[in-house]
Amino acid sequence: MEKIEYKDEGKFCSGHVACAGCAEALSMRVILNEVGDDAVGVVAPSCSAVILGGHPMSAAKIPVLHGTLESAAASASGIKRALKAQGRDDTTVLCLAGDGGTYDIGLQALSSAAERNEDILYICFDNEGYMNTGGQKSSSTPSKAVTGSTPLGKTTRKKNMIEILAAHRIPYIATTSPSHLSDMAAKIKKAKTIRGTKVIFVLIPCLPGWGVADNAAVKTARLGVESGVFPLFEVENGVDYTMTVAQRTKPIDGYLAQQKRYRSLDDAGRAELQAEVDDTWSRLTERAGQTG
Amino acid sequence: MNAPAFNDTMQLLNGNHAVAWGVRLATPDVAPLYPITPQTPILEKLIDFQSSNLFDAELLTPESEHSAMAAAIAASATGARVFTATSSQGLLLMHELLHFAAGARTPIVMFNVNRTPASPWGFWPDQIDSLSQRDTGWIQLYSECPQDSLDTVIQAFRIAEAVNLPVMVNHDAFYVSHSVEPVSLPSKESVANYLPRTKRDIQLGDGSNRSLGAPIDQASWNLTRREMAKAMAQVETATEQAGRDWSDMTGRLTAPLEYYRAEDAEILFVTMGSMCGTARQAVDRLRENGVAAGLLKVRLFRPLPIETLRDALAGVPCAIVLDRNYSPGMGGVLHQELQAALFGVQNPPRLHGLLAGVGGVNVSVEDIEKLAHDYRNAAQSMQPIWVD
Repeated sequence: MEKIEYKDEGKFCSGHVACAGCAEALSMRVILNEVGDDAVGVVAPSCSAVILGGHPMSAAKIPVLHGTLESAAASASGIKRALKAQGRDDTTVLCLAGDGGTYDIGLQALSSAAERNEDILYICFDNEGYMNTGGQKSSSTPSKAVTGSTPLGKTTRKKNMIEILAAHRIPYIATTSPSHLSDMAAKIKKAKTIRGTKVIFVLIPCLPGWGVADNAAVKTARLGVESGVFPLFEVENGVDYTMTVAQRTKPIDGYLAQQKRYRSLDDAGRAELQAEVDDTWSRLTERAGQTG
Repeated sequence: MNAPAFNDTMQLLNGNHAVAWGVRLATPDVAPLYPITPQTPILEKLIDFQSSNLFDAELLTPESEHSAMAAAIAASATGARVFTATSSQGLLLMHELLHFAAGARTPIVMFNVNRTPASPWGFWPDQIDSLSQRDTGWIQLYSECPQDSLDTVIQAFRIAEAVNLPVMVNHDAFYVSHSVEPVSLPSKESVANYLPRTKRDIQLGDGSNRSLGAPIDQASWNLTRREMAKAMAQVETATEQAGRDWSDMTGRLTAPLEYYRAEDAEILFVTMGSMCGTARQAVDRLRENGVAAGLLKVRLFRPLPIETLRDALAGVPCAIVLDRNYSPGMGGVLHQELQAALFGVQNPPRLHGLLAGVGGVNVSVEDIEKLAHDYRNAAQSMQPIWVD
């Protein structure tokens, strides 16, 4: 058990509208804490938009533009350019989006912002589906997961957004998890020092969407990291891969057992998933080893 | 509009380059732009100005018009002055965000070059692209010629910033966008004086930590539209004032509705955009032949100046609406709008809705003269009439 020494700056207020036990709210607290006061946010329609609460209240102590689903990265670009034109080039422009707004409908705008290397910090809360609309698959949904639109389990793999973004050669990409808050804080802190497009993916086990117990989001996320389902790493300039949690200590079974979305999976299915995770892990560590 | 005599403050400019000159003089802070035929020369000229250190806006060239408008809204929400330009499919791709811009009360100025939407593909002047955006909350102005486009794009910033609503200025593809005429350029100083920087109330990142656009309840959303209605109610006056001040500065008077030989007209043509120039010549020729014709140019289409239109049309025996657009299942959009505006007027004109030039087909001076003869004594029909 990790004991986290953490000074909360109060940038994420109580009274937010997340589900009880939501790991996204926990993550948002750390992210806003690290981003600091001199920041402007863009929130795509997503759980984040709901969590921050209704007008005129906001759980974030930074101003936030609630934008459209397709264009979070474009909105962030517009804010950054406007602040620059007004002599405020150091202000952090923070984008908060879900996996739908990142992997799917928002991909075009994100790719364009990355190609222009816009100076924005883009956070994707990856709960591996359209959980805010009641739990349908996204292109981030892993294979075999049951969702509202894949009742028999998804037949295709999770889209590899990290490699897609790495191909853009942006300065910084990272993954992190609410089970590793010190890692999350360090990656936000590091991203803030880098000019250009930074994208950080946060694994968010969705309590209702994945069928996870109310007190098990962080534990599920931890099992995801420890089993290598959601490896924690950084990619700098598209080519320098660094594992920030370098070991896998568990098979995927414990991770799957926490969730109802895999409850119909048989042994053969579990073995296929394990093989897929093994394959992804070995490719990733090979890449980190080759360049590190 | 008659081109003024050429002098040393003038340049030969096509309509799109006249727009770019107006934008350069208006000094926006941010300009997200995506190219589309026939708007592209606006984008290219602005980039050309910037490359020559004559224009220092933050130019942003994203992957689509949707993102261009998203960036424009976000930039404007911080208090920046913002310009963008588009046409046809690009405007239609932005549609979702046009609602968003107006709802967020961002005073963006956008220039739209009116072009046919697909399918089938066409590149010709037709105003259904912008007219089909009439319910998005954008102010819409229509320009007749390059000089009008330069004058109007600068005035649009005044109007937008006076009422905190976005303004779309439109001119016709090729007839205006690519045709060249002498254009009088006001000085940088006079435009700076005409367009003072104002601190806006709704600003993202102004230090107050206010957010923008968060979910609200039904009554509050309803209130946003009532507030938009109040702002819309100020637009005609703001447009008049912008035109009068422009006249003081340049000697060129513009107005929400403009009249040509209309005082005693028995036949009044009502139209928008480049068709006004053709109709103006037709009016002259009809007058030469003893027919009392006149022109009502609708420059401000949204909000439609309803009371002024009712006054202008009451007592006119015959009004011929020339619509370079077609709303399927209904007819010409301006015709519909005038029918609605005239409801209950004492002594209304016989209103003829003519679909003239839909798809960019040419409508000549002679064609319009003939329409006057064909419809001056004809009974009014509720149905639109296709002009051959």
